[in-house]
Amino acid sequence: MLLSEIKEGQTARILRVGGSGALRRRIFEMGIVKGTQVCVDKYAPLKDPLEIIVMGYHLSLRVEEASQVTVELIPSDDRQQTTSDNRHQPSAA
Amino acid sequence: MSPRTLTLALAGNPNSGKTTIFNNLTGAHQKVGNWSGVTVEKKEGVIHRHGYVLKIIDLPGTYSLTPFSIEEIVARNFILEEHPDVVIDIIDASNLERSLYLATQLREIDCKVLFALNMADMAQSRGIKIHTDKLSELLDVPIVFTVGNKNEGMDALLTKAIELAEKTHHIPEGRKVRYSQDIESAISRLQDFLHKGISSTLPYNDRWTAIKLIEDDKIVRDRVLILTGDSRQTVQDEIQVVRQYIMDRFDDDPEIIMTDERYGFIAGIVKETVTTSARQRVDISRNIDRVLTNRFIGFPIFVFFIWAMFQLTFTVGEIPKTWIQNGVTGLSSALELHLSDSLFKDLLLNGVIAGVGSVVVFLPNILILFFCISLFEDTGYMARTAFLMDKIMHMIGLHGKSFIPMLMGFGCNVPAIMATRTLESEKDRILTILITPFMSCSARLPIYLVIAGTFFADRAGTVIFSLYLVGIVLSIITGRMLRTTILKGLDAPFVMELPPYRVPMARSVMIHMWERSKMFLKKMGNIILIGSVIVWALSAFPRDISHSKDYARQIQQLQLKAAQDRQGSVDPASRDALEKETTASIESIKRIMKAEKIENSYMGHLGKMIAPIFSPLGIDWRGSVALLSGFVAKEIVVSTMSILYVAEGDKDSEALREALLSSGMTPLSAISMLVFVLLYLPCLATMVAIRKELRSWKWLLFSIGYSTSLAWVMAFLVFQGGKLLRLGV
Repeated sequence: MLLSEIKEGQTARILRVGGSGALRRRIFEMGIVKGTQVCVDKYAPLKDPLEIIVMGYHLSLRVEEASQVTVELIPSDDRQQTTSDNRHQPSAA
Repeated sequence: MSPRTLTLALAGNPNSGKTTIFNNLTGAHQKVGNWSGVTVEKKEGVIHRHGYVLKIIDLPGTYSLTPFSIEEIVARNFILEEHPDVVIDIIDASNLERSLYLATQLREIDCKVLFALNMADMAQSRGIKIHTDKLSELLDVPIVFTVGNKNEGMDALLTKAIELAEKTHHIPEGRKVRYSQDIESAISRLQDFLHKGISSTLPYNDRWTAIKLIEDDKIVRDRVLILTGDSRQTVQDEIQVVRQYIMDRFDDDPEIIMTDERYGFIAGIVKETVTTSARQRVDISRNIDRVLTNRFIGFPIFVFFIWAMFQLTFTVGEIPKTWIQNGVTGLSSALELHLSDSLFKDLLLNGVIAGVGSVVVFLPNILILFFCISLFEDTGYMARTAFLMDKIMHMIGLHGKSFIPMLMGFGCNVPAIMATRTLESEKDRILTILITPFMSCSARLPIYLVIAGTFFADRAGTVIFSLYLVGIVLSIITGRMLRTTILKGLDAPFVMELPPYRVPMARSVMIHMWERSKMFLKKMGNIILIGSVIVWALSAFPRDISHSKDYARQIQQLQLKAAQDRQGSVDPASRDALEKETTASIESIKRIMKAEKIENSYMGHLGKMIAPIFSPLGIDWRGSVALLSGFVAKEIVVSTMSILYVAEGDKDSEALREALLSSGMTPLSAISMLVFVLLYLPCLATMVAIRKELRSWKWLLFSIGYSTSLAWVMAFLVFQGGKLLRLGV
């Protein structure tokens, strides 16, 4: 499912970031990378843009941009506290 | 021996508290300018500490060093080309994971890095504990704790920075990012190739250069290719081979893979150094946001804030404005009294003081406006206005952040154009600057009041309101049109951080206002001065105009007659009345003289020359001259009109009203003139601001040409169309 389909208050895990070029890279650099958990905090009064919480900070992006991001919904009962648990870690230490 | 100078550069994410730390370190000793070539603000300050001269540079706040926006290019170039002694990376402790992205990029460049872990107290209260020793060890970077808004840790920061700068051994080879094996082998392969293939030394660190080439970084690639000479093609091929190798392995662009792996590396570090207690405290900032961006009351609150800002700016600002106005009037009447008549006096009074004085009075309004704006900015509300408005602005083809500058345009276009600096995309900036002048500024209001008040009496309010609306509609049409033609391009993404709400610091608001007013006075002062002198010269020369009547003799006769009458009369009341009458008559003769003089001045000739252009709009030569003079400052249109139209009687608004009614102007031509005033070329101060902000004569000329032709066409349509429909003729 797409990030733009996630409802207010729901949490999801990033699977794939689509799109191309600079926008895609910018989204990556802001921490929306594969495996990260994001929580959709709210939608703006006019339903666009939306506000998400990623890596503990608040980020806004347009619905159009969010629709480039494929996610899987995390049911609210097995949500994890930290966002970095399920990530692959290439030789971190 | 003179003290050693060290350059310390402050880097960090936006909203990391970088500016606060910079203000704490440098205090009043700052210099604000622009980075050469771009309109990104460059702040630097020089202080003396521990026997050193410390030059502190505030780099633009960025999330990464990818040359994506101008800010990032500026920050990166400074570190790469200017070789600061130490780069201090300000890290928001409650935002560690994302902050480390920039930090790891800094570690990859060969420079001495020091971390300032800022606001760790806040992070702790949110249940985040950072094991600094471990973090410092893992990344091999010294860390200093700071609390910017409490001015804590500043001395420790400087001491550590000096210590690091004086360390002779080179940058620790410690833990830079290690990528996955495939990427590492690609990096070393390219590194080896560069070693062998290029005889001259690379401008930057080998590993970093290889990484950037794999990421297809245009700036680095061009720098390297210049050095390659004959082997240019082989180098290009090799880069392509390595990139393709990674693409084949990972099925994605190398730059994306590397970003992903950097975050993977960071995730590992965060896992080892941060413990988050499950305790979730009430997040005040989030609760505030629940109200301020609420689905139902978010917009009403927003409108209220905007309304309050305007009220403050234009009603409270009116008070000190009057003081300055009185000061200017006082100064000019003092000079009038004490200087003997001369060309110099004329220049000083009617050129310099009239011109500069008419602009300087706006200082209080501008100060208050910027006070409000820096409050919006420092509290974090500004990002929310963009969040609220983005949908609407996006329909025009603009970014949510364009809203504030456009809104400010209703006050004064000059600060509005300066406020476009908050926009990241150059195209959005150009577009916003081009349409901002259609936001009817407060200087146009006096013209509307006079003309609409004269011709439409009790419906004047509706007419003026419609004018504002026409301006908005035309700006939307212009925006859409330019967006699909010359300013085509991808929409700037709305990937924007919504920082937590913070209590603004008085000190930083003050510094901000002080900088703005200094800039305003300096920029506008010299250009307005030159412009006013030119307009004055046009209306004051040629000096030797032969008047149609001998006005000097008329005045003399009047004075003589008055003197005789005074002797004849004994009653003090009638004597006073007589005296008043005489003064009035003399004044009116002087006015006729002045009108005739202007008619015969270069300005008058110019007016008659351009009159044919304006006649299809129903505007006579006097109106044309008034409009022409309005390019210095729009308010001047009113004063020029009162000089030109009012031939006798007092120079008050009543007289101007009557003069306009009897001048042959019809309600239709009045509307035509109003539309023209709304749209035509921006005032001189705005033009200067456009030129300065866009750094281009081309865009300035475009703005002038476009707005003036639009004004002409619209006024033409109004006048000729109205005539056809036989409206108000």
